Amino acid sequence: MRQIWLGANAVFRESVRDRVPYSIVVFAVLMIAASYLISQLTAGQDMRIIKDLGLAALSIFGLLIAVFIGVGLVTKEVEKRSVYGLLTKPLSRAQFLLGKYAGLVMTLGVNLTVMTLALYAVLFYSNWMSPGGLRLSWEAPAVDPRLLVAIVLIFTELMLVTALALFFSTFTSPLWATLLTLGLWVAGHFNSDLRNFGTIVDSAPAIWLARVIYYVIPNLAPFDVKSEVVHGIQVSARHVGYTLAYAALYIGVLLTASVTIFGRRNFK
Amino acid sequence: MPAIETEGLTKDYLVGFWRSRPYRALDALTLSVETGEVFGFLGPNGAGKSTTLKLLMQLIFPTSGSARILGSPVGDVSVRRRIGFLAENPYYYDYLTAEELLTYFARLFGYQSADAKTRVARVLDQVGLGAERRMRLRSFSKGMVQRVGLAQALLNDPEVVFLDEPMSGLDPLGRRDVRDLILGLRARGCTVFFSSHILSDAEALCDRVAIVAQGKLAATGRLDELLAFELTGWELVVAEVPAALLAALPDRFPGATPLSHGRVALTLTADAEPDRVMAGLRAEGARVESLNPIRHSLEDFFMQHVRDAAPRATGL
Repeated sequence: MRQIWLGANAVFRESVRDRVPYSIVVFAVLMIAASYLISQLTAGQDMRIIKDLGLAALSIFGLLIAVFIGVGLVTKEVEKRSVYGLLTKPLSRAQFLLGKYAGLVMTLGVNLTVMTLALYAVLFYSNWMSPGGLRLSWEAPAVDPRLLVAIVLIFTELMLVTALALFFSTFTSPLWATLLTLGLWVAGHFNSDLRNFGTIVDSAPAIWLARVIYYVIPNLAPFDVKSEVVHGIQVSARHVGYTLAYAALYIGVLLTASVTIFGRRNFK
Repeated sequence: MPAIETEGLTKDYLVGFWRSRPYRALDALTLSVETGEVFGFLGPNGAGKSTTLKLLMQLIFPTSGSARILGSPVGDVSVRRRIGFLAENPYYYDYLTAEELLTYFARLFGYQSADAKTRVARVLDQVGLGAERRMRLRSFSKGMVQRVGLAQALLNDPEVVFLDEPMSGLDPLGRRDVRDLILGLRARGCTVFFSSHILSDAEALCDRVAIVAQGKLAATGRLDELLAFELTGWELVVAEVPAALLAALPDRFPGATPLSHGRVALTLTADAEPDRVMAGLRAEGARVESLNPIRHSLEDFFMQHVRDAAPRATGL
């Protein structure tokens, strides 16, 4: 555990000193702040727009960090051969890989926290500036703690995407790993359509194939509860619980597969 | 118990895209390195030196055969607490300083914070990195990175150190420092296994060497044993040679070379009985100044074995 923690710290330190995640977070914070200005253009819908744009910024910029840094975590080490220095220390390949994963999850957690604080600051400011009558027309309070449910699920989805990026980077080039991860992220959000494939197609093999794909690729739609929380609709604890359990299982499978592949790899 | 043992260690790579075929990078390497030895693993570029080191570090897996370090299989993570490794042209993290990198590695070895700090300072002093230790590695020259690489290989007071081309990228001063460092390791009983194609380093440092060529072990043994039987002749220098004898020397000793101050260098064959020749020359009025055996240098020995090596197997 200590070795994994040390590896995670090194990844976290790297990302803190790397300018790329900084720029992404700064850009996201600016976008969240800009959502206040955009909201001023739409009378009555201002709070909804700030929340929509804010959560979307969290999700998209978090995705960029997860994919681009996640893919580079292993491939960069192998290409630049810094992996030689580490893997000849008392550190198993599994510990190396899990440390990388934990480090990026820590980085994502800190970045999402910064973005969340920026979003709540903008919401607090908007609330403070809005007349009392207007506040009554909102579907949900401005500084709504329920937004955290959406943010927790965004974070969990990003943990899953990071595990995907790490998995692909153990056996493909950075370009392929990026394309495959982004491709699965897109497909994962439309995965539920595959479940209902039988209602629009008669072919049994096609339905069977769609069902297999449905179970293999990650189902990311349940992680997206942005619309519900923005409109003040309650997200059930059961939904959150099932989604978190699904993520834990999927991440577990991906990390196990990554460790197995990485453990057999030759570093020429 | 030998510090390092390999038994039939073989590594094939698949080459080619459409019709891939195996390429034998290392062919049934069997060798043993005793505790406390400085062992030179020599060979031209592409001979299989780095492949062997990567197999010993389990950065790659053997096609067949096995290897043990300090009695444990190479895959045993715990044995890594007792060894150090320097890769060829090492690369570390640009964003860390030398001190931070080594502290990270020291923590991986299990040292607590204060102990890690002390060790890091000590090894950085040992490899001659002063104020630079607080600079980020991205600003380091190749030679400085090499020194950091050496420092990380010595961090845990290893019992066995593996150095892949340790002189690479170093200036003459740096090379001398590394030589001194290796000699220092030997003095404290550490086993050093280093690969090189710089033969003068091996000649100066090694107890034993192995020569690999085309992926195969071409020769192995103590330097004095390998080179002792390779006496190829004698170099005899004579002075104050009378004129008549001087005129006759080129016929009697083909290859006689005039030197400064009237001296002449004569080359005798290995079986020429130098005592008899010297007595004859003295009788004719010449003064014998010196007699030296001509031995094969490690370079000659190396060249001979590398040239004689059979081409490596492909498409097995």
